[in-house]
Amino acid sequence: MAQYIKPLPQITAETREFWEGCKRHELLIQRCKDCGVYRHYPRLMCPKCGSWNVEWVKVGGRGKVYTWTVAVQPFHPGFFEDVPYAVVIVELEEGVRMVSNIVDCAPEEIYIGMPVEVVFDDVTEEVTLPRFRTA
Amino acid sequence: MEKFTLRDKAAIVGIGETEYSKNSRMSNLALLLQAATRAIEDAGLTPKDIDVVIPAMHVIPFEELAVNLGIEDLKYAVTTHMGGASAVASLESAAMAVAAGIATNILCVTGWNGYSAMRASAIGQAGDASASAMPMLSPMPKLRDFEMPYGVFVPAQWYAPMAMRHMHEYGTTSRQLGAVAVACRKHAQLNERAMMRGRAMTIEDHQNSRMIVTPFHLFDCCLESDGAAAVVVTAAERAAAMRHRPVYIMGVAEGHPVPVDQIAARPDMFQIGLSYAAPRAFAMAGLTPKDIDVAEIYDCFTWVVICQLEALGFCNRGEGGHFVEGGRIVLGGELPINTHGGLLSQAHVLGMNHIVEAVRQLRGDAGAAQVKDAEIALVTGWGDLGDGSIAILRR
Repeated sequence: MAQYIKPLPQITAETREFWEGCKRHELLIQRCKDCGVYRHYPRLMCPKCGSWNVEWVKVGGRGKVYTWTVAVQPFHPGFFEDVPYAVVIVELEEGVRMVSNIVDCAPEEIYIGMPVEVVFDDVTEEVTLPRFRTA
Repeated sequence: MEKFTLRDKAAIVGIGETEYSKNSRMSNLALLLQAATRAIEDAGLTPKDIDVVIPAMHVIPFEELAVNLGIEDLKYAVTTHMGGASAVASLESAAMAVAAGIATNILCVTGWNGYSAMRASAIGQAGDASASAMPMLSPMPKLRDFEMPYGVFVPAQWYAPMAMRHMHEYGTTSRQLGAVAVACRKHAQLNERAMMRGRAMTIEDHQNSRMIVTPFHLFDCCLESDGAAAVVVTAAERAAAMRHRPVYIMGVAEGHPVPVDQIAARPDMFQIGLSYAAPRAFAMAGLTPKDIDVAEIYDCFTWVVICQLEALGFCNRGEGGHFVEGGRIVLGGELPINTHGGLLSQAHVLGMNHIVEAVRQLRGDAGAAQVKDAEIALVTGWGDLGDGSIAILRR
């Protein structure tokens, strides 16, 4: 694998299960065991009810583009070859939203409401990033 | 018992700025100290009269400022941490400190070598793939872990998806964003301290400028500047005897969106910090948007101005794009904004220059950009992921 020079997540106690799920190509999202509300980013406490009881639920990975933008100018050496590239906010069927990229269509083809599904990109031996493709 | 209020408890009595440039040849510390000493002198005070220093954003620690200024009894130490909303938020802390009797004369100061030390190209040359594109600021941990790996590095990329969604929901157009840029540039032509003085811009220039991140063209993005600005705040009852006509803080507030560290998760992306802060500040001042003579609106990006005008109640949700058209926000219009040129065309010193300009307007010292008989001014700050701050000022 060529040297990967894009930023990588720092895996913390709070987020470890998310990233370990990604390595197994499973999208795990936190759900409060007391009030049942899904949340992402991972949090220690439920912002709705304050509970510390949490489960990691394997979700379907299907959703829609909520909004998006295209970087025409690069801001980091790891992305010099990538511009123009799109950054999307995907709203999953479970209701949570996440920032990601679309892997299989040109930036100008993306639209708000576009159906997408998760794919897993093993960018290094330690880190797998969830991205999305058109569905 | 009457409810305690900050209304009219504090006044701005001194203003100071450095030159605004792309190459200050000064350190951040020297810039801040130059702006600070000018503001203190403008107030008719000496550095030893200052007993609280509030750095707006952590560019320079308060300790270094206090030691250089020779402050012998620093009575309170606080730094406002709200990115571009920090400057106006520092007025809130200052007003609280004087109203509580903790302090007498408070220095609020910020600035940076925002061009010469922070060019993305300079960072690229460093070749450090973990570098933040804003190296003075350590990225928020969740942004670092869940957004930077996807190529999200700069504030333009935080707010662009909000603007795209606004365009989708309300039909806001790029030309409407451009109207904000053109108004600021027009005002900069009247201001000898504006970096873009002498460089007029039309809406076609805006439309033809290169795309940075959709929907933001180059001229939707503020300047990158070296410089600093400062104000001195004191108790209202002391202010009347000081050198200049005091500018009283009638209403001041800050607000934070939910969740504060993540734009994507917000059920309503346009419920920003200012949506919470503005009603509090107007209620404190006992005023409504109709009472405002001139507004200095934080303008890191054109669309952010439109979003704030809606949150402030100058127009309804979704009508901000229409509101900024037709000369309404230009000098002579119904609501002149950013009469100094703003971050878009004067300089980006984190919005402290907006406060300085509001004070000039209320002193009647705004020169060719003076709003006739301006009595009430409004200043906002917008920072980080949509934190908001607002001050309503009167002469």
